[in-house]
Amino acid sequence: MAPTTRRTFLAGAAAGVTALAAGPHVHAQKKGGTLRFVPHADLKVLDPIWTTGYITRNHGYMIFDTLFATDASLKVQPQMVDKWTASANKMRWTFTLRDSLKFHDGQPVTAEDCVASIKRWGARDALGRLLMGAIGKIAPVDKKTFAIDLEQPFGLVLEALGKPSSNVPFIMPARLANTDPNEQVKEMVGSGPYKFAAGEWQPGNKVVYTANADYVPRSDKPSGAAGAKRVLVDRVEWRYIPDAATASAALEAGEVDYWENIPLDFAPRLEKNPNVVIFVTDIRGSQGWLRPNHLQPPFNNKKARQALLYMVDQKTYLDAVIGNSKYYRTCPAVFMCGGTPFESSVAAPKQDLEKARQLLKESGYGGQPIVVLDPTDSPYAHAPALVTAELLKKIGANADIAAMDWSTMLARRANKGPVNQGGWNIFHTWSTSLDVITPAVHAAIGGAGDKAWFGWPTNETAEKLRTDFVKQTDPAKQKQIAEQLQQIAYDEVPYVHWGQFVIPSGIRKNVQGAVQFGATVLWNISV
Amino acid sequence: MLQLVARRVLATIPVMGVVALTVFALLHLTPGDPAVIIAGDYATTQDIERIRARLGLDRPLLTQAGIWLASVVRGDLGTSIYSGLPVTKLIGQRVGPTAALTVLAMTLSVLLAVPLGVLAAWRQGSWLDRVVMLFSVSGFSMPVFWLGFLLVWVFAIQWGILPVQGYQPLADGPWNFLRHLVLPAVTLSLVYMALIARMTRASMLGVLREDYIRTAFAKGLAPRRVLLGHALKAASLPVVTIIGVGFALLIGGAVVTESVFAVPGLGRLTVDAIVRRDYPVIQGVVLVVSGVYVLLNLVIDVAYVILDPRIRY
Repeated sequence: MAPTTRRTFLAGAAAGVTALAAGPHVHAQKKGGTLRFVPHADLKVLDPIWTTGYITRNHGYMIFDTLFATDASLKVQPQMVDKWTASANKMRWTFTLRDSLKFHDGQPVTAEDCVASIKRWGARDALGRLLMGAIGKIAPVDKKTFAIDLEQPFGLVLEALGKPSSNVPFIMPARLANTDPNEQVKEMVGSGPYKFAAGEWQPGNKVVYTANADYVPRSDKPSGAAGAKRVLVDRVEWRYIPDAATASAALEAGEVDYWENIPLDFAPRLEKNPNVVIFVTDIRGSQGWLRPNHLQPPFNNKKARQALLYMVDQKTYLDAVIGNSKYYRTCPAVFMCGGTPFESSVAAPKQDLEKARQLLKESGYGGQPIVVLDPTDSPYAHAPALVTAELLKKIGANADIAAMDWSTMLARRANKGPVNQGGWNIFHTWSTSLDVITPAVHAAIGGAGDKAWFGWPTNETAEKLRTDFVKQTDPAKQKQIAEQLQQIAYDEVPYVHWGQFVIPSGIRKNVQGAVQFGATVLWNISV
Repeated sequence: MLQLVARRVLATIPVMGVVALTVFALLHLTPGDPAVIIAGDYATTQDIERIRARLGLDRPLLTQAGIWLASVVRGDLGTSIYSGLPVTKLIGQRVGPTAALTVLAMTLSVLLAVPLGVLAAWRQGSWLDRVVMLFSVSGFSMPVFWLGFLLVWVFAIQWGILPVQGYQPLADGPWNFLRHLVLPAVTLSLVYMALIARMTRASMLGVLREDYIRTAFAKGLAPRRVLLGHALKAASLPVVTIIGVGFALLIGGAVVTESVFAVPGLGRLTVDAIVRRDYPVIQGVVLVVSGVYVLLNLVIDVAYVILDPRIRY
């Protein structure tokens, strides 16, 4: 980590994702005080299993703990688990909890709580469902130990239990974890580093957490979601400030300490403020997605989708959406660049508008309007929609921009029907690295047809490879499968990724020990 | 008078009923689905259907309307689809900031604008009149969000004497309460100051040309007594109307100010709920605000009777 006063941006290892202004160097951190944090969104839903919203995931990290956790280098480390064993054929796993784990209501964390929590998570989460599909039996062995017996091989048992992003397999008391997964739990009782102050929660305004004095952190160094979760402040207040200019002014005036997501046009001003440090929490950042609808013409035709692939030039998109090259990089890898485990440039195309025009023609496209959903209230989806519309015109397509708000877009993209019945042809979104970096979690590369993620591509080979990937226990073979999936992605074009970018945070200089990770976590911080 | 109040209160019931039904219908005809938002990016169609069923959104619209209206009659506005908190609790958390902001903004508006309007009318054509009119035109023309940021930049960033954002309840001390409200209240009040000043001036100009005012001046009454004791009272009906309407508009207009200054009021609650299609919250807020509008109109009508006893309903 760099010294407190340093504000550096290191070029990404392979080529240019702007990496980090490192967190302040920690010599002797103060204890006590209140951390005033401006989150990227308002916390409206509390149950991190009921929704996949990142804001609820981050809230989950405040009050719940996990059996395993992913560290900053994306390795899975034990968290609540003290020791674990796997049989030689990796079909039976046993896990024993650390001593002194206690829920916020004073009850000890038991194996029964873990089993109930895993089952509830496994009913909602995509990777969780795969794990539950492979499990024959999961049951407590004694108060502190539980066992998983697999019916089918599953190579990602620890990765699943240490899954870092939505849905994270947080451990709740069994009395809460036994709630129907399609219903929210009624209480926020975890065993994590902070307690939720339910009486002070004001949706749309403020969320308050207090230090959990009973929390026993691990002794290892904090790293990502793993290691010691040291609680150095008495209280954390999430203050939702919807207007970016107000949040920026509040940070400059010292009314808040940590602003999670700075809109990039505010960064230059804050960089000049000697009391503010620009800090990149998620150094791998996010990947932008252009998703065609595989059920409707013209993108039910592979050649039309390939036309999109050759139409896209990542730099054009990134310049339009992000602007400042310090915060973006082009990346040929489907599973992202910058030290990710399955980074590869295999089969990556280059922009060729002539070829795109030709492919579109060969697809039999007859000039019908191509509806591009354009959520104007979301900068990371609105700007790419405009770029796509322009590029579509350049390759001879009749682009029809449909402006709407984000909520309307979410509803409309679920419509599988033709465009004249409220359907769509293209929408744009983005996903953070933790939800992209492996075939097991990457939603856009699946080919499960009707059951696939919005856009509904059908590709049996891709589906089989994904299943093989989660069963595979050999890392070399996993890498091979990931490359095969990338080749398929560049041939079948389930989606087109338009670049990789980071969204920086702003923190006051008095804040020390901020942790870098793909999800914002607020332990180890002092003010 | 009591009869008037009773009659008008009873008349609010059908008005509120129509408002409730209209809002319900409009909301449910608007595109967007909270179940899709809750289910998140990686949900299956079955997940979305299950959540929709849990929320009761899969029932016929008329059934949903019936259930909601029946609970409204019992005083239950429902619970937020997202937070699971009762709508009455959410509104209760937000009424204080909006009420404080609105009352302070209107108080500032009236205290400054009425005297300015009276002076401008009394000194029609003078530099004072021109300054007041210039101020009035500026007040109308200046976008609220721009003025808000300008005030923040000057008073909070450059001079550091007032906070940028937030709200402190009165219970945390009157000084803290006022410090946090000054900038939003000034921002919100400017346009109403301009409106009230113009209206007061125009109304006063009409009255000042009346014979009885000329007589009052001729018999040697002090200008202050003529202006405030005779002219302003007669000129006050349109001003009272505009203050009443302004109050109602302030509640709606507070949305932008509440966003700029991060004041957790009803305006922001409404906007957040609309963005997420949190139907029970939107319906509840609109119902409450429409009730306030109706009551404000009643207050204005009562004020008419008090100010001009010739008025009968």
